[in-house]
Amino acid sequence: MEAINKHKGKVFPLNRTNIDTDQIIPKQFLKRIERTGFGQFLFYNWRFDNDGGLRDDFELNHPRFEGSSVLLAGENFGCGSSREHAPWSLLDYGFKVIIAPSFADIFYNNALKNGMLLIKMDEKQISEWMNQAEDGTFILKVNLEKQEITDDEGTVVTFDIPAYHKEKLLNGWDDIALTLQLKDRIEEYENSKLA
Amino acid sequence: MGKPKTIIEKIWEKHVVHQEEGKPDLLYIDQHLVHEVTSPQAFEGLRLSGRKVRRPDLTYATMDHNVPTKNRDNVKDEIARKQMETLRENCKEFGIKLADIFHPDQGIVHVIGPQLGLTQPGKTIVCGDSHTSTHGAFGALAFGIGTSEVEHVLATQTIWQERPKTLNVKVEGDLGPGVTAKDLILAIIAKFGVRFGTGYVMEYTGDAVHQLSMEGRMTICNMSIEAGARAGLISPDETTVEYLRGREYVPKGEAFEKAAKEWLALATDEGAEYDETVVINAAEVEPQVSWGTNPSMCVPIGGTTPSLDEVEHKEDVRRALEYMGLEEKQPITSIDIDHVFIGSCTNSRLSDLQKAAAIVDGKRVKYGVKAIVVPGSFSVKLEAEKLGIDKVFTDAGFEWRDSGCSMCLGMNDDIVPPGGRCASTSNRNFEGRQGNGARTHLVSPEMAAAAAIEGRFVDVRKFTAGVLN
Repeated sequence: MEAINKHKGKVFPLNRTNIDTDQIIPKQFLKRIERTGFGQFLFYNWRFDNDGGLRDDFELNHPRFEGSSVLLAGENFGCGSSREHAPWSLLDYGFKVIIAPSFADIFYNNALKNGMLLIKMDEKQISEWMNQAEDGTFILKVNLEKQEITDDEGTVVTFDIPAYHKEKLLNGWDDIALTLQLKDRIEEYENSKLA
Repeated sequence: MGKPKTIIEKIWEKHVVHQEEGKPDLLYIDQHLVHEVTSPQAFEGLRLSGRKVRRPDLTYATMDHNVPTKNRDNVKDEIARKQMETLRENCKEFGIKLADIFHPDQGIVHVIGPQLGLTQPGKTIVCGDSHTSTHGAFGALAFGIGTSEVEHVLATQTIWQERPKTLNVKVEGDLGPGVTAKDLILAIIAKFGVRFGTGYVMEYTGDAVHQLSMEGRMTICNMSIEAGARAGLISPDETTVEYLRGREYVPKGEAFEKAAKEWLALATDEGAEYDETVVINAAEVEPQVSWGTNPSMCVPIGGTTPSLDEVEHKEDVRRALEYMGLEEKQPITSIDIDHVFIGSCTNSRLSDLQKAAAIVDGKRVKYGVKAIVVPGSFSVKLEAEKLGIDKVFTDAGFEWRDSGCSMCLGMNDDIVPPGGRCASTSNRNFEGRQGNGARTHLVSPEMAAAAAIEGRFVDVRKFTAGVLN
């Protein structure tokens, strides 16, 4: 996976709670056997009407949010199914950082495995940023190493992230390669179970 | 005697392969279940890096999400067909046992695992599907994983996991007559919300839980993920042991008795402490119907949709009511339905079908309602047919289908059209879940059956007593 440290990008505010993976990418797009090309299906039923036309009532379709790469959302983002197609579609669309008060467990893990930075932040701060981001010109700078987010005016907010997750993201480590270094331990465990 | 432990701690400690300060634990996985939708990219990853499946013998595959539930010999959806074909090739290449579309063991992965006895107490079980929590009914630690994790388990038979916090979901009292396991889990989620389990493994405790059959317990554990918990389980007891006796993949003879003893010893010790406890009184639970777009948006059949003045997240509730085409304070019994789906990994086992059949026996599905029954596995289908249950359903006007996930998520042709309204025994009422614009109401098999006959939601207890209004 790709390493991530610093990211600067336009913020898209999605002021909804419990955004589930069926909304992030509906099931009809899970039949592909590749990992790529899912961005076009992101938030499909919110972005497109029944005839495939862009819906006016979904903010992401407005030109002012074009090129957004930081997503602000309500609590429990990514609840529902285990489909990794959800982070694949968000990343492929262009979102590199998601900031929300809380994330669903499986989604959090899936995103981490794909080098996407998920930041937990208190609701008050998020709601402030949501308001600022409404006009489509709000930029946030994220520095993972320092665990800091800086806004347009230079105000700095810090965030928490488990040290282990941070290390993985900063290095872009391949989990399987790391685990296979512990192959002897796995064998030992298997042998002890047989005994 | 050491410190009393929960079953969660006991299973966890037995499976730690490697532990390091400040890192998740590396856990050994005893059983990996694989299906066609979340595995192709994982196998491709193995191929690209020249890796093998470490323990094909601990891996078992089937196809369930995509498969058509009628005319199966002619899969018209080319992309779906390719995905099934890909699983077939991957299983062949990596030496994994596959219950293919016409195999007698084919079925929804969370139905066939227990049915074959692959699911056993004390096992760690994973699958690229969030409803893997189902297997927790047996006192297994079972949870859903993403495709990268599927690849990791295939390659290493292990997974990195942060030690979860433990949550006791304590069910006091007894369930009333006509109230089911499905009503209980929906009431739990309605009471505590869709994220109270996040970061926890839940154990369901109390007499009402242990009085349930294994199939009822599976319904409960299945929906743990809808409360945010990756895993939910129930300590094994005699009911667990008797369910497993004689099943294909469990030990036989004396070895079984020995295993059974070990299983029973896994149960949470008296006096063990949980990080958190919530309590619900089973006697207060009534048949439930979901009205909104997440499983906590659920009320008793005698209730109404909420009033916007009385809710916390007004905008979410307003959006949900709008999507569902419902008014504020609308009585649930005033909601007409046009689709009924009896099936899914929550409610498609033999006893689910038997209970629904008992409700429809001798009656007719309301004119204009399309009702389908999708058995959870090929074997459930055959057993039901032996008992004549298929006939009860078809005589009443239901369609009787082949097994698969079907209309729970509508990846095959079984979808609810835009604006259609479905009484469904499945687990998720998310927007668009059963089809773009489809409106899903989660209910028990009995409540779905009664709704099919009446064309609207009714209290199944009154329905069986013949006094509706």
